[in-house]
Order: sequence, then C-alpha cells, then structure tokens
Amino acid sequence: MADQTLPIGGALDVTPHDEAQKGTFLEWLHGWVITVDHKRLGILYVTFALFFLLVAGLEALAIRVQLAMPNNHFVSPEIYNRLFTMHGTTMIFLVGMPILFGFANYIVPLQIGARDMAFPRLNAFSFWLTAFGGLLLYWSFVGGFGLFGVGSAPDAGWFAYAPLTERAFSIGHAMDYWAVALIISGWGTLGTAINILATTISMRCKGMTLMRMPLFTWLMLVVSALTLVTITPLTAAQIMLMIDRYLGGHFFDTQAGGSAVVWMHFFWIFGHPEVYVLALPAFGIASEIIPVFSRKAMFGYPAMVAASAGIGFVSLGVWAHHMFTVGMNGPTTAFFVLSTMLVGIPTGIKIFNWTATLIGGKIWFATPMLFCLGFLIQFLIAGLTGIMLACAPWDWQLHNSYFVVAHFHYVLVGGIVFNIFAAIYYWFPKATGKMLSETLGKWHFWIFLIGFHLTFDTMHIPGILGMPRHIYTYEADRGWGVYNFIETIGAFVQAIAVLIFVYNIVISLMKGKDAGSDPWDAWTLEWAVPSPPPSYNFVVDPVVNSRRPLWDLKHPEDPDWKYE
Amino acid sequence: MATIPVVHNPAEEKEWRLPSRGLSAMVSLIIGETALFSIFVVAYVFYMGKSISGPQPSQVLELPIFMTICLWSSSLTIVLAERAIEHGKMKVFSLFWGLTILLGAIFLGGTALEWHKLIYHDGLTISTNLFGTTFYSLVGLHASHVVVGLIMLLVVFFFSVTGRLQPRHAYQIKTLALYWHFVDAVWVVVFTVVYLVGR
Amino acid sequence: MFKQISRGLRSILYAAGCAMFLQAGAWAQTITTNTDTFSPASKPAHEIFGLAMFALAITGGIFVVVAAAMAYAIIRYRRRKDDDGSEPPQIFGSVPIEIAWTVIPIIIVVVLFLTSARLIFAIKDAPRPKSALNITVVGHQFWWEVRYPGLGIITANEIHVPVSTKADPQPTYIKLLSADVVHSFWIPQLAGKTDVIPNHVNETWIEPTHTGIYKGQCAQFCGAEHAKMLLRVYVDTPAQFKAWVKQQQQPAVEDPAVAAGREVFMHNACMNCHEIRGTVATGRFGPDLTHVASRDTIASGSVMNTPANLRKWIENPDYFKPGVLMPAMHLSSQQLDQVTAYLETLH
Repeated sequence: MADQTLPIGGALDVTPHDEAQKGTFLEWLHGWVITVDHKRLGILYVTFALFFLLVAGLEALAIRVQLAMPNNHFVSPEIYNRLFTMHGTTMIFLVGMPILFGFANYIVPLQIGARDMAFPRLNAFSFWLTAFGGLLLYWSFVGGFGLFGVGSAPDAGWFAYAPLTERAFSIGHAMDYWAVALIISGWGTLGTAINILATTISMRCKGMTLMRMPLFTWLMLVVSALTLVTITPLTAAQIMLMIDRYLGGHFFDTQAGGSAVVWMHFFWIFGHPEVYVLALPAFGIASEIIPVFSRKAMFGYPAMVAASAGIGFVSLGVWAHHMFTVGMNGPTTAFFVLSTMLVGIPTGIKIFNWTATLIGGKIWFATPMLFCLGFLIQFLIAGLTGIMLACAPWDWQLHNSYFVVAHFHYVLVGGIVFNIFAAIYYWFPKATGKMLSETLGKWHFWIFLIGFHLTFDTMHIPGILGMPRHIYTYEADRGWGVYNFIETIGAFVQAIAVLIFVYNIVISLMKGKDAGSDPWDAWTLEWAVPSPPPSYNFVVDPVVNSRRPLWDLKHPEDPDWKYE
Repeated sequence: MATIPVVHNPAEEKEWRLPSRGLSAMVSLIIGETALFSIFVVAYVFYMGKSISGPQPSQVLELPIFMTICLWSSSLTIVLAERAIEHGKMKVFSLFWGLTILLGAIFLGGTALEWHKLIYHDGLTISTNLFGTTFYSLVGLHASHVVVGLIMLLVVFFFSVTGRLQPRHAYQIKTLALYWHFVDAVWVVVFTVVYLVGR
Repeated sequence: MFKQISRGLRSILYAAGCAMFLQAGAWAQTITTNTDTFSPASKPAHEIFGLAMFALAITGGIFVVVAAAMAYAIIRYRRRKDDDGSEPPQIFGSVPIEIAWTVIPIIIVVVLFLTSARLIFAIKDAPRPKSALNITVVGHQFWWEVRYPGLGIITANEIHVPVSTKADPQPTYIKLLSADVVHSFWIPQLAGKTDVIPNHVNETWIEPTHTGIYKGQCAQFCGAEHAKMLLRVYVDTPAQFKAWVKQQQQPAVEDPAVAAGREVFMHNACMNCHEIRGTVATGRFGPDLTHVASRDTIASGSVMNTPANLRKWIENPDYFKPGVLMPAMHLSSQQLDQVTAYLETLH
C-alpha cells in the first residue's frame, strides 16, 4: 500500500477555516454555485452528466418499449421522433461531453502538479453555460408550441438534416430550441477546451515535459485542440440555420438554390470529429487504469501519444463517410473510404499497446479494471464494424440501418460508457475520500455487460435484414420483431445495472470505506495528495523526473528515469 | 524517505519556462474562430454564382479600399502601441492605442455606409437571394468580431487615460493585440473572397 | 476465476455464433423476398454481398487473432492468490513489434480499400445499355411518385420492372428527385440505398435476376411518417411487364355505375391534389390515382388496398398514418361509400 507521508501532498499545519466551518444549507449551496475550484466544477459536471444519463436512459427505454413489437402503440409517432432526437442530443451534449470534460477538470491540474486550471473563472462560466444550454434544451418539452400540439422538443433527429429543419417543414420552435441550446452549451465547451489547452501547455510543474505527462492529460490536450475545430463548425451551421429560419436566409433553402448537402457536409465536419472528442478521453482513462491494474508501465508510451495525435488529426478528414449514399462521385467516395480506414490504424495500435501492457503483468480484477477490459474487447469489435461500414459499397446497404446504430452504440456504450464507469470507480475515492463498494461494483459490471451484449450484439442483425433507423414502428412481415424484443430486454437489464450503480454511489458516499490518498497503489501525481485533496492541491509545487513520479518515489532503487 | 524527489541530472536544473497562459488561450481562441469563419467562407464560395435571382456581386459591390486601408493600418498602430508599453512610454501608448480604435471605428462606419447603400439603394438584404444571405452573414460575422474587439480596446483605453494601466500589463496588451491582428487577418480573406474573387 | 476465463471465451463463441448465423442466411439458395441484404436478387446487391463477405472474412480474422491475444493475456497474467506483491518486470515498449503491428494493418487497409474502390466504380460507372428501362422516382413526404417517361406512365409507391436474364439483360435505371426534404430510396435485396435530395438529382440502377415482390422503405428520416413511407418493386416476367404497361397507359376507366362517386371526387378538393388521367382532376401534390385499384396497397405501402381500408383512409388518413399530409375530407357516410366505389373501379 502507498506511503501516506509522500511529501508533495500532505496538508498545511493550519486547519483551513472554510473546510472546518459547517454553514447552513444555503451557505453550502452558495459555495457550490460560486465555486471556481476545478475540483468542485469537475464534480458539478459529472453530477450534471449523470443526471442526464438517467434522463436519456429513460428516453431510450421508451424507444425500446415502442420498438419491442411491430405496430406497437406505446407512443405516438410525434412523441417517438422527439424521443430519439432528445436521446441522441442529450447523450452527446449533456452526458458525454460534460462528463469527460468534468473528469478533465478534476484530474488534469492534479496530474500536472498545478493548483487549478489556467482560468478558474472562465472554468465556472463555461460550466454554467453548458448547464444553461441543457436546461434550455429540456425546457422545449414544456414551452413553445409544436406542429401537433402540446410540448415541442426537437424532433428532426440529433443531426437535424435540412431542409426538414427549415421553417417550411418544421413549424414551431422545436428546432429553435435545438439550435440555440446547443450554440450556448457549445460556447461552454469551447471555454473549457481553451482552458484545458492553456493549463496543459502553460502550467505543468517543473520537470514535466510534454512527453512526461500522464496519458489521460495528453489525450485531453489532443481532445481540447480537436474541440476547437469541431464545435465551431456546428455553431456556424446552427447560426446559418437560425438565419434561414428567422431572417429569411437561404443557406439550406432548396427552393432558392440552397443545398441540403451543404448542411450535411457542415454537420458531419463537426459530427465525425465529435465522436473522437468523446472517444479520446475514454482512451485516456483506459491508459491510466490498465497499467495500474496490470502493475506495468504503459507499453509504448511514445506510440500512444503519436497515435492519439494522429487520430485527432486524421479524424478531421473522414466526415463524408456519413454521406456515402448522397451521390458523391467515385473518386471522392474512394478518398473517404481510404481516410476512414486509415484512422483505424492508430486506433488499432492503441488496442495492441493496451493488450501488450497486460502481457507480463499481474492483472488485478478490481471493478475499474473489469470495465476497462470490457472496453478493450468491445472497442475491438466496434472498430471492426467501423471498418465494415467504411467499405462504401457495403455502406450503401448498411447506412441508416440498425447496423449503424449497433456500431455506434458499441463505440459509445461498449467503449465510452464502460470507460466512464471505470473512471468513476477509479477516481471516486480521490474525489470523496471513500471507496465505492467492490461487491456492488461487480454486480453492476456483470449485469451491465450482459444487458449491453443482449441489446447491441443482436442489433447488428436487423440492420443486415434491412431495418432502417428512426422509424417508430415496422411491418410485422419483415422478420425484425424477435430481435427487437431481445434488444428491449437487454435495455432493461442495463437499466437495472445503472440503478445498482446509482445505489452504490449513494451508499458509498454515506458509508463507504476510507480510501486514503492512494488506494490503488498508482503512480501519477493525483495519488500523492489526500482524498479529497485540499483546495490548493499541493503543499509544495512538485518536481518530476519521469512519467511515473510516484513509481520513482516508491521504487528508488529502480526509477523510471533510468529507462526513459 | 526522501523529502523532495532527487533531481538526477543537475544539468536539468535549467530554467523551466512554459508559454504564458494568456498566449496559449488566445492562440486557442483564434484557432477556434478560424474554424468558425472557414465554414462561412466555404458557404460563400460554394454559393458563388448560384443565386437564382436578385442583385449579383458585380452589380452592387464596390471595392471598399478606404475602410480596408484603415483596418489594416490599425494593425500597424497597435504594434506601435505594443512597442510603446514595452518601453514604458504610456502616453505614446495611449496615442497609438486611441488611433487604433479610431481606425477600427472608421472601418465599422464604412461597413455601415456600404450596407445602407446595398439595402436601400440596391435592394439587397439577407433574404433577397443566396448572395445576400452569404454576404451579410460572412461580412456581418467579421463586423461583430470587430465590434467585440473595439469594446475590449476601449476598456483598455479607458484604463490607460485614467492612469491605471502600467508597463507591467504589456503581456495582457500583447494578448489582446493578437486578437486584433486576427480580426485583420480575417478581413484579408473576406476581402479577397468577396470583393476580388467573387465579384 | 472461471468468470474471468469464460469472459474471453464467451465473447469469442458469441461472435462465432453470429457469424455462422449470418452465413446460414447467405447460403440459402431460394430467394425468399423480404428485406435481407444477405439475400441479394439483383446485380448490384449481389456484388455488394460479395464485398461484404470478403470484408467480414478479413475483419473476422482480425477479431479472432486479437481477441485470442486479449483472452490469453487476461487469463495467463492474472494475479494469482498466492502473489507476493512484487511488481512484475516493467516493459516500456519494443520497436520491432510496434513496427510490425503498424505495417500489417496498413497492408490490410490497402487491400480492403482497393477492393472497395474497384466496386465503387463498377457500380457507379456501370455502362448503361440502350435497352435499359428508365424510370424517375420523386420522393414526397410520405409517398413515392413513380414515372416512366418513355412510356407515359405515372403511378405511386409500387414500381414494376422486367426481370433481367443473361440472355436478355434488362437493367432499370432510376432517376431520383425530391419534392420536399431529404429521403432515401432503399430496396435491400435489389441495390444499396441512394439518397433522394431536393435540388440535387441522383441516379441508381437495379438488375433483378428473380421475379417476385421486393420490399423496401425510405431510409432517411423525413418527418412524422417516415416509418411508413414504404416501397415495393414488382419484378415481372417480360410478358407480365408488357401487360402491366399496356394497362397503365390507358386513361382512367369510366364506369357509369359509379358516376355518383366520380361527382364526389371532382366536386371536392380531391382533384386539387390527385390526378386521374382523362378527367379534370390534375392535382400533383398527392399520388396519381388513375389506376389506384390496380395497386396492392395504399398509404405508401402501409395499408392493404381493400374497399374497407380505402374508405377508412379517405375518411381519416391520420387513423393509419398520424401526421400524414392528406387531410380528412369530412365527407358524409354516403359520399364515402360512393367515392370508394368509384376509386375501386379505377383498375
């Protein structure tokens, strides 16, 4: 077990008054609302995201109930179309991005030995922008008027293809909520990305060169740079849509010569790198957890850095693989086949490096590691179905079918959500000082694994059998019914697992085992400070000499800087 | 237990210098804004010549030479202001900084006059045709960034003439000036695409 | 411990099972018409199926190798119960191994890319024989307009084409237009899908090799009733096709027994949206009804064309397709009977 008296952590002798004082509930709440502490903001982001995970999960369950049988009448078509639009939009913008940027907020300054982010007030402002954007998006259920009456959440899909979203075809305010809420939360995301970039570039502690940064921080650096050129195209397209809807513009007005394909290009120029914005932090999480629980250094650190930067860069040039059926000419189509397959290579390299880290190690199957191992094999499958989709002629069959839905849920749930769970089990002790229950964690893992595979393995089949996306029901004679029914069961199994997870969090906050500063015997700087860390993080600014400063301290006879 | 991690290579005790936070942040912001502008430029270029009806660029656009020279000169005056504050010459700084604001304001005035002519004289609005939509969006986006820049410059000007600005603020001034240079650089692109290529 | 071992094995077995299932479907020789992309019945769909099997074989192989390595690692290097707590040897990387697993994937990518590219051009730039049938399909919210320009036929939702044989190749080239938003034309057993985009003309082609009825539907979300914008392609023998064409080319049947119903149709707003050739009804907003009784379905394939259904549809389209753009016509019960009887005569 780790030495509790590591010198760079510890606490000042003077008991900080603000931490000892117990104020009223309002004072406690006020403290959270006005905070600029990166740790508190990180917790706010994660809590916000977990709340919306439950909301979007309920939307998913409603979708699955409607689809469980052909010609079902659980919800009307209008409600169904709102459900799948809000499910996708929520999961991407109000769950995935906030939770990953929340982890970054909490962990990155600690991992680089800094006291806080570069711009704490901008940090707080960015969070509240994101939160407000989310609130505005959900206000759409309550406010406004829709084409068919009460409530008007956006209902044109998370990708909002024009001209369906133009005033002529989307009467009412549903699409306005979509555009404006996302523009606002997009600014929040930009603020955080700028903050993370400035922090990782300008605030690393002494000795921490870029090539000594922990991989999670490296990936957040790449992600933040990617975000700058990813979110802004979406903002641009949404501004254009609002100009069309309210100022009589013609960007996507096909009657005036505008082009529906232009929207698709702009949207996917955002949309594809966006999924890497979600995936790369997940890679970062795996790159922290797999080495620690294999008891070995990351295999091929420089290759991992290069692969991450490579993925970030190449991902900017693959977007039209979402548009293979649009009628692009042969050479253009072929170009995007090649670029899409090429981006799979650095991803494959990472998978090989993680596997090589396991080999020769002493694998400890604690809950964080279980989720990471699930991620590993599931991401392999997700990547391979991605390669299948990259074969454009086959994509002409698979595009917009449930095969694609299965593929991207394999990436997002099987890859990213599994890593998010892993990250929570890994860093919850640091943030709260308490361990999450291992027993409940294992139940959570196994039940979620079973439910995930029940739903998303099966889902590939209706896709091959010709079932398109975004349909509120289907004919009984298509042969899709039995598979949809199985998928629905799997969805409820996953829901049970998530409930166990929520219970684990609540019960562990109340009665969890004390964690200490380093429960996992890990090697990066966040484990050198108490759990939870004091507001100033480090008593003394750390000085590091290798990628694993705590390994060097724990193994002075065999420090890493001899080998790097 | 060692109290502080042993530095294994005393030669590494060289100065630990990282780029400043402000510079990192401003460069990041500029990269993001570049992507934003690029999308509007792409839309403008894609829709060139595709308007079904209404005024065409060659019919109504005149080269905005004077206001362009003003805007680009303001990059020069802001560099002179930066030099001044680096050397502690606060009054010279105020002069050149004020000149920068003036030149920027002239640019905005020129845009306003141009738009007035286009709307009332030529009947070109954002809803007239594809040219109108893409023109006002792109030029308007740029103008809004000029406005934001001018507001920031005015705030600094206020601090300068009331004596609150000190030579040690040179770092912040340079960061802000970088934004202003970006705004000018965008105008190079917009000017070329809209008034040279597209007309 | 068994849990950990079986995890790796289970995943591999599951994948193998899925692969076998899909193969079984592929080997079925009889073409049962459904929407199975692995039961192709037309040249482009066949070629895509071939590429799919090739890609599946390669990715399946990659999966088996890498998953086996993962399973091996997880099982062999698990921490034993009697572990002494020491750290294993720290290995930071290996240049030759890393180069190998960079180069091999690059080679695989090149192979897959070249195979895909070849097929892209083979399908997109397929030489178009003079004997090809040319049709135009216009996507609407939420139905398909079908025109045969060379034959003077306009119909809706149900497309008839002749079967193509080696002796007498008869591909059908389909021009795709949209009247409103983006749709997508997809009959899985006949070809990959192609989007239907306003202000943007696309083209696709099919060359069906077996007669039958092939089903499909719109594959790009287009609004409230996207789910019920269904499609049927009837692949006929040459004789059947000829007979169908002849029938469709006639103007509308004029049966005096249903004159009352015709009056109802012409004096209500029906004629503003629908065309019945040979009458004053020339509306283009809704499907052409000249030969509506010759079609098997109404409501864009989602309802069988029976008198009872037709009557119900006219009375209240929202009953079958809530959100469809055809309004309820507020006809009296007698008017409904009459107009239904009239439409039923339009063979």
